[in-house]
Amino acid sequence: MRTIAELLPEHPFFSGLDERWIDLITGCASNTHLSPGTYLFREGGPADTFFLIRRGQVAIEAATPTGAVVVQTAHEGDVVGWSWLVAPYRWTFDARATEETSLIAFDGACLRDKCAEDPELGYALLQRVVRVISAHLHSARVRLLDLYRNPS
Amino acid sequence: MVPRRFVVTGTRRDTDDTCTLDLTAADDQPLAFASGQFTMLSAFGVGEVPISISGDPAYPEVLRHTIRDVGGVTRSLVAARPGTMLGVRGPFGHGWEVADGRGGDVVFVAGGIGLAPLRPAVLEVCADRTSYGRVSLLYGTRTPGDILFGPDLRAWAREHDIDVEETVDAATHGWRGRVGVVTHLIDQASFDEAHALVLVCGPEVMMRYAAQALLDRGLAREQIRLSMERNMKCGVGLCGHCQLRELFLCVDGPVLTYDRLEPLLTRAEL
Repeated sequence: MRTIAELLPEHPFFSGLDERWIDLITGCASNTHLSPGTYLFREGGPADTFFLIRRGQVAIEAATPTGAVVVQTAHEGDVVGWSWLVAPYRWTFDARATEETSLIAFDGACLRDKCAEDPELGYALLQRVVRVISAHLHSARVRLLDLYRNPS
Repeated sequence: MVPRRFVVTGTRRDTDDTCTLDLTAADDQPLAFASGQFTMLSAFGVGEVPISISGDPAYPEVLRHTIRDVGGVTRSLVAARPGTMLGVRGPFGHGWEVADGRGGDVVFVAGGIGLAPLRPAVLEVCADRTSYGRVSLLYGTRTPGDILFGPDLRAWAREHDIDVEETVDAATHGWRGRVGVVTHLIDQASFDEAHALVLVCGPEVMMRYAAQALLDRGLAREQIRLSMERNMKCGVGLCGHCQLRELFLCVDGPVLTYDRLEPLLTRAEL
């Protein structure tokens, strides 16, 4: 059984992060395994966790009167959730495992405390989170273009 | 320049707006073609349009076209029934030349109907699979209902060790696969950047973003080939309808490497 400290540097999100910071944040992390259908979080709930996906698939969903709509899926190598970093720390969507999914879950408050104690770590983490947010924003804009629509 | 007569021998409805036609030459002379080439296909009395060939280049006896209903001519073609006579000119243009990728990895990136022009190249790779390393097919569509060649996709994965990844922009009820843009599949695909050939086909903007994602992974522009679908008319570089600055896409393309296309694709109204 490999430890979280061994697993973290292998995840693309933490790739290249200084070893001393890996050691520092490992204390905030725990391994989690979810069965299909299990919710990671629900819209409006307190955003107190940050997830790295090791295996499986997570659907980011919005509840609508006609049922849940999947707006995006996340997979091995992806991260889920950045609301833990931004006040008022509330989830803006639902997230649900759609297959057997293994994750590393971080305590958001613990991570925020570590970042406050060591701004250099905070900056390094923020750069990584902003990269993820930027990629999601780009994807959302591309999807707004509706590239595959029938021109007729 | 004179169309040859071909008879529709088979039809298949692929999606709500897309249909595949199998054609046989009325004079029994097969039309040899290379993967990635197109023909000018005419519905007599209606008009002529450029359509990429989606069939197997190893079996030219059947000329296969997958057509999306986007206007008057394509509507007539999609409505054609077995026995209908159509006109065919071509084949035209430079194809994928996927054999250049032998010895390395090959990645196909398709968006929407863009899988149709890639299909002959995929079949070429399947027929000579041991000559290639890892092969991936990354496919994005608008909805699950727009996915083309579903049985082919499953067979390529199962029988030819092709890593097929699909994603949709908008999920419908019951869809259990990926939701998101096709470029995200590029970020996560397994291939050797230094020895990979990537063939991309889809809407022009999608191809541009796909090419950017490939450059971000460290590929050289010369390793990326795009199929440009512009307004081909004559098919032989005379009329200028498909001109893209110095290029006549019907003869210089439709398949071109990204080093030639990059400066042209980022200019509005070119």
